[in-house]
Amino acid sequence: MERLLNVTTVLSILLLLLVLVSVRRAHIRVEYSVSWLMAAVAMLLLSRAKPVLDTITRITGIPDSPLTLFLLSGSVFMIMFFRFSVIISHLRDDNIALAQRVAILEYHIQSIRKNG
Amino acid sequence: MQARGPGSLLVIVPAFNEEGAIADVVRSIHKHVPSVPVLVIDDCSTDSTLFQARSAGAEVLPLPHHLGLGGCVQSGYKLANELGFDYVIRVDGDGQHDPRDIPRILDKLKTSGCEMVIGSRFVENNGSRAGLVRQLGIRFFRIVLRPILGKSVHDPTSGFVGVNRRALAVFGRSFPLEYPEIEALVVLQRRRFRFEEVPCKMRPRTSGRSSITAPKSLYYIAHVLLGVFVNVLKYERRLHRRGQPPAGSGG
Repeated sequence: MERLLNVTTVLSILLLLLVLVSVRRAHIRVEYSVSWLMAAVAMLLLSRAKPVLDTITRITGIPDSPLTLFLLSGSVFMIMFFRFSVIISHLRDDNIALAQRVAILEYHIQSIRKNG
Repeated sequence: MQARGPGSLLVIVPAFNEEGAIADVVRSIHKHVPSVPVLVIDDCSTDSTLFQARSAGAEVLPLPHHLGLGGCVQSGYKLANELGFDYVIRVDGDGQHDPRDIPRILDKLKTSGCEMVIGSRFVENNGSRAGLVRQLGIRFFRIVLRPILGKSVHDPTSGFVGVNRRALAVFGRSFPLEYPEIEALVVLQRRRFRFEEVPCKMRPRTSGRSSITAPKSLYYIAHVLLGVFVNVLKYERRLHRRGQPPAGSGG
Protein backbone atom coordinates (compact mmCIF):
# COMPACT_ATOMS: atom_id res chain seq x y z
CA MET A 1 0.00 0.00 0.00
CA GLU A 2 2.85 2.34 0.85
CA ARG A 3 4.31 1.81 -2.61
CA LEU A 4 0.96 2.64 -4.23
CA LEU A 5 0.77 5.91 -2.28
CA ASN A 6 4.33 6.73 -3.31
CA VAL A 7 3.45 6.13 -6.95
CA THR A 8 0.46 8.45 -6.52
CA THR A 9 2.74 11.10 -5.03
CA VAL A 10 5.14 10.86 -7.96
CA LEU A 11 2.24 11.00 -10.47
CA SER A 12 0.80 14.04 -8.69
CA ILE A 13 4.15 15.83 -8.81
CA LEU A 14 4.53 14.97 -12.51
CA LEU A 15 1.03 16.27 -13.23
CA LEU A 16 1.78 19.44 -11.26
CA LEU A 17 5.00 20.02 -13.21
CA LEU A 18 3.36 19.25 -16.55
CA VAL A 19 0.59 21.76 -15.89
CA LEU A 20 3.01 24.46 -14.70
CA VAL A 21 5.27 23.99 -17.72
CA SER A 22 2.25 24.05 -20.04
CA VAL A 23 1.01 27.28 -18.48
CA ARG A 24 4.49 28.81 -18.76
CA ARG A 25 4.64 27.87 -22.45
CA ALA A 26 1.09 29.18 -22.95
CA HIS A 27 -0.20 25.76 -24.02
CA ILE A 28 -2.95 26.05 -21.39
CA ARG A 29 -4.59 29.28 -20.34
CA VAL A 30 -4.25 30.05 -16.63
CA GLU A 31 -8.00 29.85 -15.99
CA TYR A 32 -8.11 26.29 -17.37
CA SER A 33 -5.01 25.18 -15.46
CA VAL A 34 -6.49 25.95 -12.02
CA SER A 35 -8.67 22.80 -11.95
CA TRP A 36 -5.71 20.60 -12.92
CA LEU A 37 -3.42 22.23 -10.34
CA MET A 38 -6.02 21.84 -7.62
CA ALA A 39 -6.58 18.18 -8.54
CA ALA A 40 -2.82 17.49 -8.56
CA VAL A 41 -2.30 19.22 -5.20
CA ALA A 42 -5.27 17.37 -3.67
CA MET A 43 -3.88 14.03 -4.86
CA LEU A 44 -0.43 14.93 -3.56
CA LEU A 45 -1.71 15.95 -0.11
CA LEU A 46 -3.95 12.91 0.28
CA SER A 47 -1.21 10.51 -0.78
CA ARG A 48 1.09 12.02 1.88
CA ALA A 49 -1.50 12.41 4.67
CA LYS A 50 -2.26 8.81 5.51
CA PRO A 51 -4.25 9.58 8.72
CA VAL A 52 -6.61 11.81 6.74
CA LEU A 53 -7.03 9.10 4.11
CA ASP A 54 -7.65 6.46 6.82
CA THR A 55 -10.29 8.68 8.46
CA ILE A 56 -12.13 9.15 5.14
CA THR A 57 -11.88 5.40 4.52
CA ARG A 58 -13.39 4.67 7.95
CA ILE A 59 -16.21 7.21 7.55
CA THR A 60 -17.17 6.14 4.03
CA GLY A 61 -16.83 2.43 4.74
CA ILE A 62 -14.57 1.85 1.75
CA PRO A 63 -12.46 -1.27 2.43
CA ASP A 64 -9.08 0.17 1.42
CA SER A 65 -7.24 3.50 1.81
CA PRO A 66 -5.71 3.40 -1.71
CA LEU A 67 -9.17 2.62 -3.09
CA THR A 68 -10.46 5.72 -1.29
CA LEU A 69 -7.68 7.78 -2.84
CA PHE A 70 -8.46 6.54 -6.33
CA LEU A 71 -12.21 6.95 -5.88
CA LEU A 72 -11.66 10.53 -4.73
CA SER A 73 -9.25 11.20 -7.62
CA GLY A 74 -11.69 9.61 -10.08
CA SER A 75 -14.55 11.77 -8.80
CA VAL A 76 -12.45 14.94 -9.06
CA PHE A 77 -11.43 14.11 -12.63
CA MET A 78 -15.01 13.26 -13.60
CA ILE A 79 -16.13 16.69 -12.37
CA MET A 80 -13.27 18.31 -14.28
CA PHE A 81 -14.12 16.47 -17.50
CA PHE A 82 -17.72 17.55 -17.14
CA ARG A 83 -16.64 21.14 -16.56
CA PHE A 84 -14.45 21.04 -19.65
CA SER A 85 -17.31 19.56 -21.69
CA VAL A 86 -19.43 22.55 -20.67
CA ILE A 87 -16.62 24.93 -21.65
CA ILE A 88 -16.07 23.18 -24.99
CA SER A 89 -19.82 23.31 -25.73
CA HIS A 90 -19.87 27.07 -25.09
CA LEU A 91 -16.78 27.55 -27.23
CA ARG A 92 -18.31 25.53 -30.07
CA ASP A 93 -21.53 27.58 -29.96
CA ASP A 94 -19.53 30.82 -29.93
CA ASN A 95 -17.31 29.55 -32.71
CA ILE A 96 -20.27 28.65 -34.94
CA ALA A 97 -21.99 31.98 -34.30
CA LEU A 98 -18.75 33.79 -35.08
CA ALA A 99 -18.11 31.83 -38.28
CA GLN A 100 -21.66 32.53 -39.46
CA ARG A 101 -21.26 36.23 -38.65
CA VAL A 102 -17.95 36.42 -40.52
CA ALA A 103 -19.49 34.68 -43.55
CA ILE A 104 -22.52 36.99 -43.58
CA LEU A 105 -20.42 40.15 -43.14
CA GLU A 106 -18.10 39.03 -45.94
CA TYR A 107 -21.15 38.45 -48.10
CA HIS A 108 -22.39 42.00 -47.38
CA ILE A 109 -18.94 43.45 -48.13
CA GLN A 110 -18.78 41.60 -51.46
CA SER A 111 -22.30 42.81 -52.32
CA ILE A 112 -21.36 46.42 -51.57
CA ARG A 113 -18.20 46.08 -53.70
CA LYS A 114 -20.16 44.54 -56.55
CA ASN A 115 -22.90 47.18 -56.48
CA GLY A 116 -20.66 50.12 -55.64
CA MET B 1 -29.52 39.95 -53.75
CA GLN B 2 -32.37 41.69 -51.93
CA ALA B 3 -35.90 40.76 -50.99
CA ARG B 4 -38.25 42.30 -53.53
CA GLY B 5 -41.39 43.32 -51.76
CA PRO B 6 -43.83 41.27 -49.71
CA GLY B 7 -43.98 37.55 -50.33
CA SER B 8 -40.35 37.40 -51.47
CA LEU B 9 -38.84 33.94 -51.68
CA LEU B 10 -35.26 32.78 -51.33
CA VAL B 11 -34.15 29.24 -52.13
CA ILE B 12 -31.20 28.12 -50.03
CA VAL B 13 -29.01 25.16 -50.92
CA PRO B 14 -26.65 23.88 -48.23
CA ALA B 15 -23.76 22.13 -49.93
CA PHE B 16 -20.63 20.29 -48.87
CA ASN B 17 -18.50 18.68 -51.57
CA GLU B 18 -21.33 18.53 -54.11
CA GLU B 19 -19.37 19.52 -57.22
CA GLY B 20 -21.02 16.73 -59.21
CA ALA B 21 -24.58 17.89 -58.58
CA ILE B 22 -24.68 21.51 -57.47
CA ALA B 23 -24.63 23.17 -60.90
CA ASP B 24 -27.55 21.05 -62.13
CA VAL B 25 -29.47 21.75 -58.92
CA VAL B 26 -29.03 25.52 -59.31
CA ARG B 27 -29.91 25.48 -63.02
CA SER B 28 -32.95 23.33 -62.33
CA ILE B 29 -34.18 25.75 -59.66
CA HIS B 30 -33.69 28.70 -62.00
CA LYS B 31 -35.57 26.83 -64.70
CA HIS B 32 -38.61 25.95 -62.59
CA VAL B 33 -38.81 29.08 -60.44
CA PRO B 34 -37.23 31.80 -62.55
CA SER B 35 -36.54 35.17 -60.92
CA VAL B 36 -36.22 33.55 -57.49
CA PRO B 37 -32.73 34.08 -56.07
CA VAL B 38 -30.77 30.97 -55.16
CA LEU B 39 -28.26 31.05 -52.30
CA VAL B 40 -25.79 28.20 -52.06
CA ILE B 41 -24.20 27.96 -48.62
CA ASP B 42 -20.85 26.31 -49.14
CA ASP B 43 -19.84 24.50 -45.96
CA CYS B 44 -16.13 24.88 -46.68
CA SER B 45 -16.06 22.29 -49.45
CA THR B 46 -12.69 20.92 -50.49
CA ASP B 47 -13.79 20.45 -54.10
CA SER B 48 -15.06 22.93 -56.70
CA THR B 49 -18.61 23.23 -55.28
CA LEU B 50 -18.24 26.98 -54.75
CA PHE B 51 -17.01 27.59 -58.30
CA GLN B 52 -19.67 25.32 -59.84
CA ALA B 53 -22.46 27.05 -57.90
CA ARG B 54 -21.28 30.52 -58.94
CA SER B 55 -20.89 29.43 -62.57
CA ALA B 56 -24.47 28.15 -62.56
CA GLY B 57 -25.70 31.58 -61.47
CA ALA B 58 -26.21 31.15 -57.73
CA GLU B 59 -25.27 33.58 -55.02
CA VAL B 60 -22.78 31.88 -52.72
CA LEU B 61 -22.27 32.23 -48.99
CA PRO B 62 -18.92 30.58 -48.29
CA LEU B 63 -18.44 29.56 -44.65
CA PRO B 64 -14.97 30.08 -43.18
CA HIS B 65 -14.84 26.55 -41.82
CA HIS B 66 -16.96 23.40 -41.82
CA LEU B 67 -20.01 23.84 -39.56
CA GLY B 68 -22.06 20.78 -40.41
CA LEU B 69 -25.54 20.73 -41.93
CA GLY B 70 -27.36 22.58 -39.13
CA GLY B 71 -24.83 25.41 -38.89
CA CYS B 72 -24.81 25.66 -42.67
CA VAL B 73 -28.59 25.90 -43.00
CA GLN B 74 -28.82 28.32 -40.08
CA SER B 75 -26.32 30.63 -41.82
CA GLY B 76 -28.70 30.76 -44.78
CA TYR B 77 -31.66 31.48 -42.51
CA LYS B 78 -29.76 34.27 -40.76
CA LEU B 79 -28.77 35.93 -44.02
CA ALA B 80 -32.29 35.57 -45.45
CA ASN B 81 -33.69 37.16 -42.31
CA GLU B 82 -31.24 40.06 -42.55
CA LEU B 83 -32.05 40.60 -46.22
CA GLY B 84 -35.76 40.70 -45.43
CA PHE B 85 -37.05 37.62 -47.26
CA ASP B 86 -40.52 36.45 -46.25
CA TYR B 87 -40.16 32.83 -47.28
CA VAL B 88 -37.20 30.52 -47.50
CA ILE B 89 -37.23 27.07 -49.06
CA ARG B 90 -34.34 24.72 -48.48
CA VAL B 91 -33.31 22.41 -51.29
CA ASP B 92 -30.49 19.91 -50.76
CA GLY B 93 -27.41 20.22 -52.94
CA ASP B 94 -27.28 16.54 -53.88
CA GLY B 95 -30.08 16.72 -56.44
CA GLN B 96 -32.59 14.60 -54.50
CA HIS B 97 -35.22 17.33 -54.28
CA ASP B 98 -37.19 18.19 -57.37
CA PRO B 99 -37.41 21.99 -57.83
CA ARG B 100 -40.76 21.50 -59.61
CA ASP B 101 -42.21 21.03 -56.10
CA ILE B 102 -41.03 24.46 -54.90
CA PRO B 103 -44.17 26.35 -56.08
CA ARG B 104 -46.35 23.81 -54.24
CA ILE B 105 -44.44 24.34 -50.99
CA LEU B 106 -44.54 28.12 -51.39
CA ASP B 107 -48.24 28.05 -52.16
CA LYS B 108 -48.94 26.00 -49.03
CA LEU B 109 -46.84 28.39 -46.93
CA LYS B 110 -48.82 31.35 -48.22
CA THR B 111 -52.31 29.88 -48.11
CA SER B 112 -52.12 27.89 -44.86
CA GLY B 113 -50.34 30.56 -42.84
CA CYS B 114 -48.37 27.86 -41.07
CA GLU B 115 -44.75 28.47 -40.21
CA MET B 116 -43.23 25.42 -41.89
CA VAL B 117 -44.08 23.26 -44.84
CA ILE B 118 -42.35 19.93 -45.35
CA GLY B 119 -41.98 18.35 -48.75
CA SER B 120 -42.93 14.80 -47.89
CA ARG B 121 -42.29 11.55 -49.74
CA PHE B 122 -45.02 9.69 -47.92
CA VAL B 123 -48.11 11.92 -47.84
CA GLU B 124 -49.18 10.27 -51.06
CA ASN B 125 -47.75 7.18 -52.61
CA ASN B 126 -45.72 8.80 -55.35
CA GLY B 127 -43.15 6.12 -55.90
CA SER B 128 -40.45 7.72 -53.71
CA ARG B 129 -38.53 5.16 -51.70
CA ALA B 130 -36.11 5.39 -48.81
CA GLY B 131 -33.57 2.73 -47.85
CA LEU B 132 -34.58 0.07 -45.33
CA VAL B 133 -32.61 1.57 -42.42
CA ARG B 134 -33.97 5.02 -43.18
CA GLN B 135 -37.51 3.69 -43.44
CA LEU B 136 -37.18 2.07 -40.02
CA GLY B 137 -35.77 5.32 -38.61
CA ILE B 138 -38.63 7.32 -40.10
CA ARG B 139 -41.23 4.93 -38.64
CA PHE B 140 -39.55 5.10 -35.24
CA PHE B 141 -39.50 8.88 -35.19
CA ARG B 142 -43.09 9.10 -36.40
CA ILE B 143 -44.11 7.20 -33.28
CA VAL B 144 -41.87 9.30 -31.00
CA LEU B 145 -42.99 12.61 -32.50
CA ARG B 146 -46.74 11.92 -32.62
CA PRO B 147 -47.47 12.77 -28.95
CA ILE B 148 -44.94 15.62 -28.88
CA LEU B 149 -46.19 17.37 -32.02
CA GLY B 150 -49.84 16.50 -31.46
CA LYS B 151 -50.19 15.30 -35.04
CA SER B 152 -48.59 12.81 -37.37
CA VAL B 153 -45.67 13.76 -39.50
CA HIS B 154 -45.20 11.46 -42.48
CA ASP B 155 -41.64 12.39 -43.40
CA PRO B 156 -39.83 13.88 -40.39
CA THR B 157 -36.35 13.47 -41.93
CA SER B 158 -37.13 15.41 -45.11
CA GLY B 159 -34.78 18.32 -45.74
CA PHE B 160 -37.08 19.78 -48.41
CA VAL B 161 -38.57 22.40 -46.15
CA GLY B 162 -40.10 25.85 -46.51
CA VAL B 163 -40.38 28.35 -43.69
CA ASN B 164 -41.95 31.76 -43.30
CA ARG B 165 -40.59 34.86 -41.59
CA ARG B 166 -41.69 33.90 -38.09
CA ALA B 167 -39.90 30.57 -38.28
CA LEU B 168 -36.92 32.30 -39.88
CA ALA B 169 -36.56 34.58 -36.86
CA VAL B 170 -36.71 31.60 -34.49
CA PHE B 171 -34.28 29.48 -36.49
CA GLY B 172 -31.87 32.40 -36.75
CA ARG B 173 -31.57 32.25 -32.96
CA SER B 174 -31.98 28.55 -32.29
CA PHE B 175 -31.39 25.77 -34.75
CA PRO B 176 -30.15 22.23 -34.15
CA LEU B 177 -26.62 21.84 -35.44
CA GLU B 178 -26.41 18.16 -36.30
CA TYR B 179 -29.20 16.26 -38.08
CA PRO B 180 -31.52 19.28 -37.74
CA GLU B 181 -34.72 18.16 -39.50
CA ILE B 182 -36.47 16.34 -36.66
CA GLU B 183 -35.31 18.61 -33.84
CA ALA B 184 -36.36 21.68 -35.84
CA LEU B 185 -39.95 20.38 -35.81
CA VAL B 186 -39.85 20.22 -32.02
CA VAL B 187 -38.28 23.69 -31.77
CA LEU B 188 -41.19 25.09 -33.79
CA GLN B 189 -43.86 23.08 -32.02
CA ARG B 190 -42.64 24.23 -28.61
CA ARG B 191 -43.37 27.76 -29.79
CA ARG B 192 -46.86 26.76 -30.88
CA PHE B 193 -45.94 27.15 -34.53
CA ARG B 194 -47.65 24.92 -37.06
CA PHE B 195 -46.38 22.78 -39.88
CA GLU B 196 -47.98 21.14 -42.88
CA GLU B 197 -46.80 18.54 -45.35
CA VAL B 198 -47.17 18.55 -49.11
CA PRO B 199 -46.47 15.56 -51.35
CA CYS B 200 -43.11 15.75 -53.09
CA LYS B 201 -41.09 13.35 -55.10
CA MET B 202 -37.52 12.60 -54.11
CA ARG B 203 -35.02 11.51 -56.71
CA PRO B 204 -31.96 9.34 -56.22
CA ARG B 205 -28.76 11.24 -55.44
CA THR B 206 -26.99 12.39 -58.57
CA SER B 207 -23.60 12.38 -56.82
CA GLY B 208 -21.93 11.94 -53.44
CA ARG B 209 -23.11 9.82 -50.52
CA SER B 210 -25.46 10.41 -47.60
CA SER B 211 -23.75 11.56 -44.41
CA ILE B 212 -25.88 9.04 -42.48
CA THR B 213 -24.31 5.70 -43.32
CA ALA B 214 -25.60 2.42 -41.86
CA PRO B 215 -23.04 2.37 -38.99
CA LYS B 216 -23.92 5.98 -38.15
CA SER B 217 -27.65 5.22 -37.96
CA LEU B 218 -27.59 4.19 -34.31
CA TYR B 219 -25.65 7.30 -33.39
CA TYR B 220 -28.14 9.33 -35.44
CA ILE B 221 -31.12 7.84 -33.61
CA ALA B 222 -29.56 8.34 -30.16
CA HIS B 223 -28.45 11.88 -30.99
CA VAL B 224 -31.79 12.98 -32.43
CA LEU B 225 -33.77 11.29 -29.67
CA LEU B 226 -31.75 13.09 -27.03
CA GLY B 227 -32.07 16.37 -28.95
CA VAL B 228 -35.84 15.98 -29.15
CA PHE B 229 -36.24 15.40 -25.43
CA VAL B 230 -33.79 18.15 -24.51
CA ASN B 231 -35.81 20.57 -26.62
CA VAL B 232 -39.06 19.45 -25.00
CA LEU B 233 -37.65 19.81 -21.47
CA LYS B 234 -35.82 23.07 -22.21
CA TYR B 235 -38.85 24.89 -23.45
CA GLU B 236 -41.30 23.59 -20.89
CA ARG B 237 -38.94 24.50 -18.07
CA ARG B 238 -38.80 28.07 -19.40
CA LEU B 239 -42.59 28.19 -19.59
CA HIS B 240 -42.90 27.04 -16.00
CA ARG B 241 -40.48 29.76 -14.92
CA ARG B 242 -42.66 32.34 -16.64
CA GLY B 243 -45.77 30.80 -15.10
CA GLN B 244 -47.32 29.95 -18.47
CA PRO B 245 -48.99 26.68 -19.39
CA PRO B 246 -47.02 24.22 -21.52
CA ALA B 247 -47.37 24.40 -25.28
CA GLY B 248 -50.48 22.72 -26.63
CA SER B 249 -50.70 20.50 -29.66
CA GLY B 250 -51.06 22.94 -32.48
CA GLY B 251 -51.06 22.15 -36.14
